[in-house]
Amino acid sequence: MTDVRLLLPAADLRTALGADPSAALDDMLASVAAGTTTLARTFPAAARRTARGPFGDGDGHRIEDAVRVELIATAATDLGPEALLDELTLLYRHGDADEKRAVLHALAGIDDPRVDGSALLLDALRTNDVRLVAAAMGPHASRLSAHDWRHGVLKCLFVGVPLSAVADLRTRADDELVAMVGRFSDERRAAGRPVPDDARTVLAMSAPDPTATAPEG
Amino acid sequence: MRIFDPHIHMTSRTTDDYERMHAAGVRAVVEPAFWLGQPRTNVGSFTDYFDALVGWERFRAAQFGITHHCTIALNPKEANDPRCVGVLDVLERYLGKDGVVAVGEIGFDSMGEAEEEAFRRQLALAVEFALPAMVHTPHRDKEGGTARTLELVEESGIDPGMVVVDHLNELTVGPVDERGCWMGFSIYPDTKMDPQRMVRILQDRGTERVLVNSAADWGRSDPLLTRVTADAMLAAGFSDDDVDTVMWRNPVEFFGQSGRLLLDGESDGADLRSPATFEGNSVLRGEPVA
Ligand SMILES: [Zn+2]
Repeated sequence: MTDVRLLLPAADLRTALGADPSAALDDMLASVAAGTTTLARTFPAAARRTARGPFGDGDGHRIEDAVRVELIATAATDLGPEALLDELTLLYRHGDADEKRAVLHALAGIDDPRVDGSALLLDALRTNDVRLVAAAMGPHASRLSAHDWRHGVLKCLFVGVPLSAVADLRTRADDELVAMVGRFSDERRAAGRPVPDDARTVLAMSAPDPTATAPEG
Repeated sequence: MRIFDPHIHMTSRTTDDYERMHAAGVRAVVEPAFWLGQPRTNVGSFTDYFDALVGWERFRAAQFGITHHCTIALNPKEANDPRCVGVLDVLERYLGKDGVVAVGEIGFDSMGEAEEEAFRRQLALAVEFALPAMVHTPHRDKEGGTARTLELVEESGIDPGMVVVDHLNELTVGPVDERGCWMGFSIYPDTKMDPQRMVRILQDRGTERVLVNSAADWGRSDPLLTRVTADAMLAAGFSDDDVDTVMWRNPVEFFGQSGRLLLDGESDGADLRSPATFEGNSVLRGEPVA
């Protein structure tokens, strides 16, 4: 089994869903757990069988994302790290934008170092869908190389994803990132356009906290 | 005025079109899977296209306040190409998705055997997935193609109310109407159907089971011809309610049969797809807009 942290606590999600959608979710979870259906089958239909919309917790979480992450977490109790990554890769590859986003959120809840979903994160970072870009820069982005991670941060600035979506920003920001954001800001100023507040936040990180350990080599 | 364009190929249109459509009242569209204007050479070309229909195009439309749905199929123009028929084996993956509101465009282009086989298999998929079917009628020999289309629809056992036969004209509307299928009309700048002829057909047979679309794509076409037709209806004495029936309630009723429409406030009562915002930022051209 592989541990997947839920996006929202199970009880909170059910409160948000209400009775019938909660029953539908529990039904899907039971079938997935019993092996009478596959994740591939339940995943696309998960939102329309339950609900979709903002959860309203101020973190921008969405109900349908939490539903899908819970489905993955249940399936993962029967899957080793390698099989789980294979399953997530297929769900992502064949998913619509909502399904892809849910897979990225599931990855954000997987700490097991044997699950490396960086190829999926890089695919998401190639898109211009802001929700995919944001979801790719969660905790699982610790698997990205320093180079790819910096470009992920820059892409967030560029497409307007708030840097609050970037996990470990303060501990991982390095001089190279600050230099890149500096050049981005220069370009904006040269074009007579405002420099986003988030860019200023990164620029203020030019003297990294010496007690923080930079995870990349 | 609210408009639902039930057949438009937005992948080949610009953001200027999305802006103009929204200004004209278009709030929802269905984009049927079709060919690219030149032949595809492999199955991967289809899946990348389908992925865009359920991904990027949906996102792009939402940025302009328009809800995007799609239909998925092997189209008639490529159904006789052995390099492409393998796509029939991957359709099921897409037919279970939210926002996929029909199997289509299916039907005939040049009426060959391979086309007929693909048409049959895909009508069966529509039945299996409880989805409506969107059927294209050929530009050459439209009457013959429509007659054979209706035979295959009957053979398949699909409920005629789950079928729209598209690109109709004065000569083909009758048999489709008799069979109980929905009738689709594509309004073009210079061929097929124009707004005045469309109004006459509506005067002749009423608004029931009629869908009016622009079928706009990369060819000479105009995504605002739905609005022009609506205005022509009003000028001819139709009421606002008649216009709303044809331009909004009919497509909602037809595609609503899929249970997959993504319109705000429908189905589960939750706040559905929020338009184009990420935590309150409206994002256009990849950058926040003040
Ligand atoms: Zn078409």
